[in-house]
Amino acid sequence: MEKPQYNTDIVKSFVHWSVLWGLVAVLVGVIVSIQMTNPEMNFPPYLTFGRLRPIHTNAGIFGWGVGVIFATFFYIVQRLCKVRLWSDKLAKFQLYFFNTTITASAVTLILGFTTSKEYHEMEWPIDLMIIILWVTFAINIIMTIIKRKEEQMYISLWYMLAAIVGVAILFLVNSAAVPVSFFKSYSAFAGTNDANVQWWFGHNAVAMVLTAPPLAMFYYFLPKSTGVPIYSHKISIISFWSLIFMYLWTGAHHLLWTPVPDWIQTLAMAFSIMLIAPSWGSVINGYLSMKGQWHQMRENYLVKFLILGITFYGLQTLQGPMQSIRSFSAFIHFTDWVPAHIHMGTMGWVSMVCFASIYFLVPRIYGKELYSIRLANLHFWLALTGQLLWSISLWIAGVLQAGMWNAMNPDGSLTYTFMETMVEMYPYWWVRTIGGTLFMLGVIVFIYNLFKTAHNGEKTASLAATAEGRA
Amino acid sequence: MWEKKPILLLVLATAAIMVGTTVTMIVPFMSVNTDADKIASVKPYTPIQQEGRDLYIREGCNNCHTQTVRPLVSEVLRYGEYSKSGEFVYDRPFLWGSKRTGPDLARVGGKYPDAWHYKHMDSPRAMIPGSNMPDYGWYKKNPLDPKMIQRKMEVLGFPYTTEQISALADKNEMDAIVAYLQKLGSDIPWRKAAKTTIVGELKNPFVGNKSAIEAGEELFENNCEACHGENLEGGIGPELTDIDMDDSDLYQIIYNGIDDGGMPAFGSLGTNKVWQLVNFLKSGDSD
Repeated sequence: MEKPQYNTDIVKSFVHWSVLWGLVAVLVGVIVSIQMTNPEMNFPPYLTFGRLRPIHTNAGIFGWGVGVIFATFFYIVQRLCKVRLWSDKLAKFQLYFFNTTITASAVTLILGFTTSKEYHEMEWPIDLMIIILWVTFAINIIMTIIKRKEEQMYISLWYMLAAIVGVAILFLVNSAAVPVSFFKSYSAFAGTNDANVQWWFGHNAVAMVLTAPPLAMFYYFLPKSTGVPIYSHKISIISFWSLIFMYLWTGAHHLLWTPVPDWIQTLAMAFSIMLIAPSWGSVINGYLSMKGQWHQMRENYLVKFLILGITFYGLQTLQGPMQSIRSFSAFIHFTDWVPAHIHMGTMGWVSMVCFASIYFLVPRIYGKELYSIRLANLHFWLALTGQLLWSISLWIAGVLQAGMWNAMNPDGSLTYTFMETMVEMYPYWWVRTIGGTLFMLGVIVFIYNLFKTAHNGEKTASLAATAEGRA
Repeated sequence: MWEKKPILLLVLATAAIMVGTTVTMIVPFMSVNTDADKIASVKPYTPIQQEGRDLYIREGCNNCHTQTVRPLVSEVLRYGEYSKSGEFVYDRPFLWGSKRTGPDLARVGGKYPDAWHYKHMDSPRAMIPGSNMPDYGWYKKNPLDPKMIQRKMEVLGFPYTTEQISALADKNEMDAIVAYLQKLGSDIPWRKAAKTTIVGELKNPFVGNKSAIEAGEELFENNCEACHGENLEGGIGPELTDIDMDDSDLYQIIYNGIDDGGMPAFGSLGTNKVWQLVNFLKSGDSD
């Protein structure tokens, strides 16, 4: 059988750009964290916390997260289908359009053109660009899968296809707006309806961008890194279908105790608890795939990133449902606990899996061994300690703040004014900045290591075939 | 079988996604923001209020401030009556937020006089020591664009008069944001309903108690000084050096505030602290 010649150039380009946007995301993250403790670090009108924070979140989710999704999916889909990418030209267009869209997003957000909707702040012209981008990507992936040479579709392809339709539905509905000008529009939905649509979108963007695609990467790169297959096909089938069915019911757990109808809140709470099962299905499947291979945690840095990643996914999907319980939400919602939760997911789970995937890819697309495994290990520890400092400090802060908000005197009055509770947060916010800075140093080490791999050293025979797209 | 048929997988995945979507996202449109959900006294934003709202969005105020009071004891005590669905029917987009770095603003309308907001937006730390809010004094330099605002009102379908639009010509962004903040949560008469009627005789429990006066002084510095001045000389609020008033009347004012005068209610501090303030103010000791 004639071997297909895979397109590796496009994978290379997306790796380059996604790590660059990743660095921008963490850098802006550190800046906004400093603005929280030092308000004099706001430079109006452009460089204020209110305008920079959406740049941090969008650069993280769309520049880094989606960038890595594009890179890894293009790599994985060709190999799982045993065919070259359906259209090189379309992929090339997607690369340029991706960077144009992310740049345009950053520029317009800094200028104050925003819808205010979390993780969907960009105004309508950029929404249109994102739609074009996603359709381009979807066509290329779906067409490659359709003309595949391998009859059976591996688990990673299921998650890819689900993410492709999921993101499309969510984004289209939540984008609905009436433009006033090129830079301003009003949501097509009002008040409580708008809130409900937004968090149906917001929570499921987490499902379709930050859960399904990293799972696709995990299911592909874990067996590739360890050399042993996934433990149970049956568990992956059950967790896949139950995950994509249950997730969509849970958006309103962001809206507990608000004017959104009670029955929606109750459904969201119940389904959030049920979601533990499919989430842990993947966690357990990952752990059991390590049977007899746990020594690789010492020897193989890729496994370290992947297993720590899936562990944080497990913790994340226990903590999340806990926060979805009404009584717990009453206490913890709106406090600093919540960003700590989100950052365990993004820094601990999504980024760990993305780092591992890129570490796996780069030697194979350049045909050279990784420049330094010691630096990769250093990166691992910087990322892990950075994230733990970040999250643990703000979990403590959140509990403290919630306790103070609710503290009451014997005569039924409040013990603390709002400001008395807020000033208690400063030390924890400082620790968070330190955690974020460590994580950023890790990313810099990561990029340096990748750069040296690309520019130094000789090609290795064992990797040359992959780099030329022949394996 | 679906593992070998990508189009079938796409169809099945879409179906799985659409079940929860239909029940929890589409069906609620039938009962939310309907006529039954509306509150008669809740009115659309005026041109200047709507522009203030758009500035609130532009600066990303929702990243730090929520706008929804949950029906929880501590929250209703701190912010006021819990939020109702009907209060948000004119909000495009909704601005409930998800993080309270600063306090909730759903009921801030009418809590402070305009002058407080102007000073606070200009320099938050001048009014609230320890605050980490950025300064927005630069708002004053930016005039409004009446033509654009009129267009916005038309797109939103909100009523407006030509006088309202032409009046915008001499206003700036600061005027707009303050107008918006003063409208927030004030369309239902919750302040009147929440007013505490004190029954029985009010008796000062700390007469002649020196430590109560000291405690009151500290409370004054944190809660009252920004408006009434470091030495009680007055500012946004009146001078308080020589108060000719019964202890019980003074207590009532601090506890419940003065609606039309712009004095906020400090009842949430609790009986003891309000009495400590009374004792400090009556002690004539302002150093």
